[in-house]
Amino acid sequence: MPATYEPIATTTLSSAASSITFSSIPGTYTDLKLVLVVKMTANTGVYLRYNNNTASTYSQTEIWGDGATAISQRASDTAGFSLGNVAFQNTQWGMANVDIFSYSSTSVNKTALVERADDKNGSGNVMRVVSLWPNTSAITRIDLINQAATTFTAGTTATIYGIKAA
Amino acid sequence: MANTYVLISSNTLGSAASSVTFSSIPSTYTDLCLKISARTTEANNDSSFNVTFNGVTTTTYSRTRLRGTGSVASSSRLSNATSIDTGDNATGSTATSNTFSNVEIYIPSYTANQNKPVSLFNVLENNSTAANMNTAAGLWTNTSVITSITLDGIPASGQFASGSSFFLYGIKNS
Repeated sequence: MPATYEPIATTTLSSAASSITFSSIPGTYTDLKLVLVVKMTANTGVYLRYNNNTASTYSQTEIWGDGATAISQRASDTAGFSLGNVAFQNTQWGMANVDIFSYSSTSVNKTALVERADDKNGSGNVMRVVSLWPNTSAITRIDLINQAATTFTAGTTATIYGIKAA
Repeated sequence: MANTYVLISSNTLGSAASSVTFSSIPSTYTDLCLKISARTTEANNDSSFNVTFNGVTTTTYSRTRLRGTGSVASSSRLSNATSIDTGDNATGSTATSNTFSNVEIYIPSYTANQNKPVSLFNVLENNSTAANMNTAAGLWTNTSVITSITLDGIPASGQFASGSSFFLYGIKNS
């Protein structure tokens, strides 16, 4: 049986860092899954960028529960898509799973689904995000970047898995 | 690189049961993923069960939920609770027959020396007015390694119905 759901690379920060980069992602899988367990040194959002492409072409739609209100919102023409347009916090660990479909294809634009969960026992958020990168290039690099001049705390872990269709 | 997403344990009920527990979970993985198809004996269209870890039932759990009923979207919060309760995660006995809910519970870094964030997603659709979808962020404020997971607490002394299935997978990042 062909192997599937293989770990490609993992990073656990031994000290605070402003970004996390996965480069030289092999093109031998069908989809990617990124699992992030994160705490920031100051409340800030996290966004994701492909192939170090900073053109303002990303877009996203999200649904969000903040414990009181259900909200849906959209962002367009951004230089990366956020893992939910609300800050991860510095008081508690949160998580996000990102499924990136057909990442190695050179004929389709790239969509991703984000599952984000960061409850703080009295505060916090749950979010689902769909994003689009209107670019048919194969994804070979992924950067996780914070939205302000802050850092990911030590202990933050990010892993990319490859999922092969056959 | 080795294949991951390994089945650790499974349980498909041949008769009703008030609880399901996965114990002696090995610490050799990075994340856990629990996939559930559930129906209960509670006399309701939508039912529910709770999630606890390591047999701990102290007020160390919390969750933030986003819920859709087919007509209304809402969000709610539960703090300092004795379990993670998302609600609407199992089909009840008065729902369309032979219809079960779908639940996924993802627990990253379950062996890490930090509090445990949890992502939960559950849907029950039975072509009736009681179909619901929930996504929730859970938290267990405890730095212990997770060695067991218990699913119980069905309202009105209900039980998981025969045919309910539970699959625990381990995912390793290296």
